[in-house]
Order: sequence, then C-alpha cells, then structure tokens
Amino acid sequence: MGYTEEELAEDLKNQEYKYGFTTDIESDDAPKGLNEDIIRLISKKKEEPEWMLEYRLNAYRIWLTMEEPIWAHVSFEKPNYQDIIFYSAPKQNQKAKTWEDVDPELKETMNKLGISLEEQKRLQGVAVDFVMDSVSVATSFKEKLKELGIIFCSFSDAVKEHPDLIQKYMSSVVPVTDNYYAALNSAVFSDGTFCYIPKGVRCPMELSTYFRMNKSGTGQFERTLVVADEGAYCSYLEGCTAPQRDENQLHAAVVELIAMDNAEIKYSTVQNWYPGDKNGKGGVYNLVTKRGLCEKGAKISWTQVETGSAVTWKYPSCILKGDNSVGEFYSVAVTNNFQQADTGTKMVHIGKNTKSTIISKGISAGKSQNSYRGLVQIHKNADNARNFSQCDSLLMTDECGAHTFPYIECKNSTAKIEHEATTSKIGEDQIFYCLQRGISEEKAIGLIVNGYCKEVLNKLPMEFAAEAQKLLAVSLENSVG
Amino acid sequence: MEVLDNKITKFREGLAKTNLSFREESLKYAEDTLTELDFPTTRVERWKYTRVAKIANTQFSSRKDVVKQLNLPIQDAYTVVLVNGYFDKELSSKNLPEGVEISATSQSANNLLGKVATIKNEVFTALNTLYATDGVSLRIKAKTIVDKPIQLVHVITGENTIATVRNVLVSERFSEAEVVQVFLSENANASFTNNVSEIIVEEGAKLVLDKLQNESESNFHYSNECVQQASNSNFKINTITLNGGLVRNDLTIDVDGENCETHLNGAYILKGKQHVDNHTVVNHLKPNCHSNEMYKGVMDDQSTGVFNGRILVSKDSQKIEAYQSNGNVLLSDSASINSKPELEIYADNVKCSHGSTTGQLDDEAIYYLRTRGISEKSAKALMVTAFISDVTKRMDNDKVVEYVHNQLHDRFGWDF
Repeated sequence: MGYTEEELAEDLKNQEYKYGFTTDIESDDAPKGLNEDIIRLISKKKEEPEWMLEYRLNAYRIWLTMEEPIWAHVSFEKPNYQDIIFYSAPKQNQKAKTWEDVDPELKETMNKLGISLEEQKRLQGVAVDFVMDSVSVATSFKEKLKELGIIFCSFSDAVKEHPDLIQKYMSSVVPVTDNYYAALNSAVFSDGTFCYIPKGVRCPMELSTYFRMNKSGTGQFERTLVVADEGAYCSYLEGCTAPQRDENQLHAAVVELIAMDNAEIKYSTVQNWYPGDKNGKGGVYNLVTKRGLCEKGAKISWTQVETGSAVTWKYPSCILKGDNSVGEFYSVAVTNNFQQADTGTKMVHIGKNTKSTIISKGISAGKSQNSYRGLVQIHKNADNARNFSQCDSLLMTDECGAHTFPYIECKNSTAKIEHEATTSKIGEDQIFYCLQRGISEEKAIGLIVNGYCKEVLNKLPMEFAAEAQKLLAVSLENSVG
Repeated sequence: MEVLDNKITKFREGLAKTNLSFREESLKYAEDTLTELDFPTTRVERWKYTRVAKIANTQFSSRKDVVKQLNLPIQDAYTVVLVNGYFDKELSSKNLPEGVEISATSQSANNLLGKVATIKNEVFTALNTLYATDGVSLRIKAKTIVDKPIQLVHVITGENTIATVRNVLVSERFSEAEVVQVFLSENANASFTNNVSEIIVEEGAKLVLDKLQNESESNFHYSNECVQQASNSNFKINTITLNGGLVRNDLTIDVDGENCETHLNGAYILKGKQHVDNHTVVNHLKPNCHSNEMYKGVMDDQSTGVFNGRILVSKDSQKIEAYQSNGNVLLSDSASINSKPELEIYADNVKCSHGSTTGQLDDEAIYYLRTRGISEKSAKALMVTAFISDVTKRMDNDKVVEYVHNQLHDRFGWDF
C-alpha cells in the first residue's frame, strides 16, 4: 500500500518540535510585570540616554490607552502582561569582542540549530548578529562592513553610538501609536538590530540576524531598523527558532525599513518559533508589525516562510510613497496541529507609477487555521498604479481551514488591480500521475508542495533557501521529499 | 469619526409599530438589537465603506399614496404593486394562475416571518422587523410551473418617506418560477426604502429572482435578502442597480441541502455621487453543491462602489465548487471602488476561487475602434456595455435585459 492521507495526517500530528531544548545560561532578569519602574529599569540596565527613556515612557502611556485588536481570524487567550518578564539578558562578564570569546554553551545552541557561525563564516558573505534573549551576543563581519561605511550593530549600541540616526528614523514608519503591540514594543523593546547603508553602497554580503527566545516566561520585543540611503542596496535575513516551552510566550517585534530614492531592501524571514505541541498546548504568540517606506524609485521586497508560532499576526507592508517605487511580498505560511496564522500584507500606493506584487501560499494541516489578510490601497494621486495579487491555499486535512480576506480600495481611475485566490487540496489526479511514474505517494506530496511554494522559495537568498526547505520538510514531516 | 449618538431612538419616534404577525421572539430580538446598537459607523466591519449618517439624520415618516402610471419592465406578467410599503390593489393583477398564491404580508397568517432573516446585529433589518408596514407574501405551490414572470413592483413617493417592506417568498417542492422585483421612485426626494425578503427554496425547486433597483439619485435604499435552499434546488438572483443615491444590498444564501445550484449575478452602474454597497454571503452548509458569483461595476464621476463577497464552506461540506468574481471599471479619477472578496473554507475537498480586478477602459482598444471611424464616446460606450453584458448575458428573461439596456441608454447614452 502507498502512503495514504490518513498516515500523512498521523505523521503530521506526531511531528514534534525539533528545536526544543534550553540553553542553561544564567540570566539577568527583571522582575515580572510591567509598569513605569520596569521601563526605567530596562532603560537603566541598557545604559540608555535620557531621550530614549522618555520615548519609552511616552510609548507606555500611549499603550495604556489602547485596546488589543480582535479583528484577526485567530482566537487565543490574551497574554497577562503582568506575568511577563520584560527584560532578560544572558549574564556575561563582558561582551565578547571576537568570535572565540563567545560562551561555548551559546555556540552549542547555535550548532544545534544548524546555523553555526563557523559554518556561516566559511560560507563567506554572511554577517550574523545573533540575538539571544534580547542582547546581541556576537556580531561578526562588523569590521569588514565598517570599511564600506555600513553600520550593522545591535539596536542598543546604535542608541549609544548613532543617536542622531536613531532619533531621525525610529518610529518614522511605524509610529508608536500605530497599534497595540507596536506601542508595547516601543515601551519595552529590549534589543534588536540597526543597519544603515550609506549612499550608493551595495552591501556585499547578506546581513543576517538569528533571533532566539530562551529564558522561560520572557517576552521578546526586538526592534529592527534598516535604512538604505539613496541608491543603496542590502539584503537582510532574519531567522527565528525558539525552544520548547509549555506556557505561551509573547513575541511583539517591530521592523522598520526605509528605502530612500532608488534604494533597494530585500528582507527575508524564516520564522520557526515553537508552534505548540500536537494538542495545541504552548507555543509562541507572534504579533509583529513590519513596515517599509519606499521613496522615489525605491524597492522593498518582503519574503517570508512562516512555519512556526501558535498564533501569527503579521502583515509586512510597503508604503509606496515615492513615484516609480516597487513593493513585493512573497509568503509561504504553513500551519499544523492547532496553529493559527493570520498573515498577509498591505500595499499602500501613494506615488505615481507604483507597482506591487503579492504572492501568498498557505498550507494548512492538522486542525490549524490559516488566513491571508491583505490590503491594496490606491490613493487618488497614484496614477498608473499596478498591483497583482495571488493567494493560493492548500488544505491537507478535513479539519483545517484556509481563508482569504483581501481588501481592495481604489481611488484612481488609471490603476490596474488584479486579485485572484484559489483554495483546493492536492489533486488526486496529480498524485495518480506521480504514482503512475513510480513516485511514491509520500514523495509525490512533497514534490507537489515544493512546486507549489517554489515561486516564493526562489525569492529567498541562496543561504536561506536551503534552511527554508528544511523547515518546510520539518513542518510537514514525511510529506516533503 | 462619525458620532451617531443614539440617533436610533429619535429615528424610531416617528414610526408606528408593525402589525405583521411576527413571532414574539423575532420582535424581542429586533428590540434588543436596537437597544444595544446604534446606526453603524464605519468602524463596524460590515459598514466599513458605507456611511449612513444621512439616513440616521433624517426624520422619515410613513405615508400612503397612489400612483397612476408606471413604466414596468414586463407588460405580460402577474404584477403586484406596493406604494410606500402599502399594498395597492388597484394596480395589482386580479387573476392569478393556479398554484400561485399572492397576498399582502399583513393579510396572510404567516408563520415564516422572522424565521429566515435571522441576520445578527443588523440595525436596518431589526428596524424592518419592528416597523414593517406590509409586503408581499408569495407562495408557489408544489410542482407548479408558472407560465409568466411574477412582477413585484415597489414604488416610493414624496419627501422623507419611509417604506418598510417585508416579503416572504416560498418556492415549494419541484416548482419553477421567475420573480422580477422592481424598485421605482415617483417624485421622491430623500426617501428611504427598507426592504427585507425571506426566501425559501424547497427541495427540487427552481427560482429566479431579478432585482432591479431604479430609484432616483436622491433616495436611500436598504435591501436584505435571506435565502434558504433545500437539496436539489436551483436559485438564481440577478441584482442590477440602475439608479439610487445610497444603496446597500445584503444578500445571504444558506445552501442547506445537497446537490444545489446557486447563481449570484450583479451589476452596478454609477455616476454622480451615488454610493452602492453589495454584501453577499454564500453559506455552504452541505456537500456536493455548486455556486457561481459574478458582480461587475462601472463607476463614473464621484460615485463609490463597494463589493464584499463571502464564500463560506463549513466543515464536512465536501465537494463544493464555489467561484466568485468581481470586476470594476473606474471612469473618473474621483470615483472609487472598495472590493473585498473573501473565502472562508473549513473543508478540504473543495474547489473554490475568487478573483477581483479593477482597471479602466483599454486605451489601445479605444484607439482601435477610433481608427475604424467610431467616435470616442461611442467607443467607450461600446466597451462599457460589453463589460456589463457579461452579467446581463447570464440573465434568463430577455424583456428584463431589454429594460436594463433601455434604462442604461436613457441615463448614460449607451447603446447595447
């Protein structure tokens, strides 16, 4: 007998999280809960200047007046914000200067993740800013980037070393008041990455950050700010894996991209936070605000492979402000067991001749719910704006759900907008065709899923594509050949 | 932000409670809804793109009136006329064929009232339940095949008039019928039609409903059709909005039986400051069904179109084929369109798709026509009419299509 769908479903159910382990490092924790004192403590621990503290307190006061959004097609118990540790830094006597100084146990963690810096170093061309529970541990290639005038450092370093840039660009794309989670992040963000590419510089290597939540009961609130000055180019990779925990962990990040005239930013994410076990217990709440601003002729491209998290609430967006700017969104979202994902994008066309492309592929298995929610907005002056959206959903079991909620708002008569969406399961005729040619059912499913996602996976940088495929394989174990 | 503080209490003051035989629980539910909710603002998802402040701020009153002559789509039909929500015996057909029962909702002991239109948290439907003056009760008896269309004509007259109409249409087992519902206005200004229809299509029955909205630009219109389909039934609704100031159409179809066919076609052709909002829901509750939806809109001047189509396939409703498409053409820079085609799928063995396009007339095609000696105006008209005819082609009754074409010709100068 071939590999049946029932067996596949069974395998998917039994698929446990492979990266579930805990690194035993002493942590420097703040007490649980959230109030102004905690924020002062965070700011003090991070030796921040006065303006940063003011910024945080202001954000906190705004946050207090806001309500958690409930419109997404997800349901989960709202986190108790007084039961979260908002600051947790791995204790180290002094910050490592070179790779050799890094705590061996941390290195071990990275090795288990299969993203060892050694390997990456050998590969050449990937600089990694490794964030472990909020504090940037090691930043490689920093020196090399410095020669080109590229700033690539942890957010807290940037606050100290480049306060002018931070003050100028922080919250310029995602204002503090944007939404509940963005405000929360602005108040308590622990660390993150700052990247600045000067005028006309083409960043010669992929910039990369691995985020990793470690301490039990901690929330991760990182902040990423990427600024590409006129004519600059950079490709940024972000990867996430979190160890297995029973209680739900909160992850509310903010990512801001600014592409000045004719600049280009490519932002790729592989998200694999802990999705909870097969009974839907535990897992990470991934509530993220990501947005990019395009000036004249600029281009921002978001690529994401989402396989983890119990709850995903994420809409990487492009504000196409400048004329002739381009926004792209390529996404694969896989949900299994009891995972819930509500993800998509917003393309806001303000400038003339702006273009956007949306390719979204959803795969639902187990008892999961997978939704695409997107907005395409054409403003009155956005002459000749062009959008193409395609949202496909693949259903693997009869207990899961796949949904599409596109919002299309057009106020210009020269705009062209196309949206199409399909929902289906893997065709029996497709499987039959493969079986006929001696390909086992298991391999056939893998082949079809791979082909189905190819459009998106192709957009990932080479180093990442391999990992993404590995993740797809892990998430839909035994179904990807 | 709009502030519509407790407008609803004031709105209700001038209206008399309904005499229709609603069940106690329906009335209570409506009353609770209105106690709890005010008129929707754009912060309410279902009303995100439609502002109802103009309706909320007008003091309407209900009044009886008579009309003399009407321009009707079909001359040869069984016709029923309602003026301002009151049954007009003079203008209505006297002779009905066997198997067709038509009466005023107020005259029929109707135990179906409020049973199908159970839409949640909908203020206008609740208002309809509490203040309906009358409506049409139509019953096609089992196995009856009606020879001519049944034409339901709703006329609104006068200033600040409110017509609150409640209809119940039942197609009994294996019957076949075509119903043409026409909404007209006669010297009406700032008047409001609130029309709710509860429609039951029983096993094996076939029902075609042509809904033609042709009230003038200064009026408001709210329509809510709630449909229940039993197994092996076939239901088709063509919603054509020819005119109307602020028009909102809610259409909910529960396909609660196997092997059903459902067709939803719609066209909205707008100019001036018109605002037309179409919200449709196809609820596939049972397996092995087919639904097909096509809505097309043309927006000129400062008009706004809204389309929100939702296909819901419940768990265990396998082998559903559901398609939805929405096409829009903007003819002016001040016109706008908001389109939201939704799919909500909880079963895996389905084929569902939707598509939405927004664009304008192709310059090259216009150029091509002009090189053949066709004026720019005619070329544009030709292309718009071709675009709309995708919808009208799907309509069964030639007389109705002819009426639609004539109306569009009179209003826009287009020839079909």
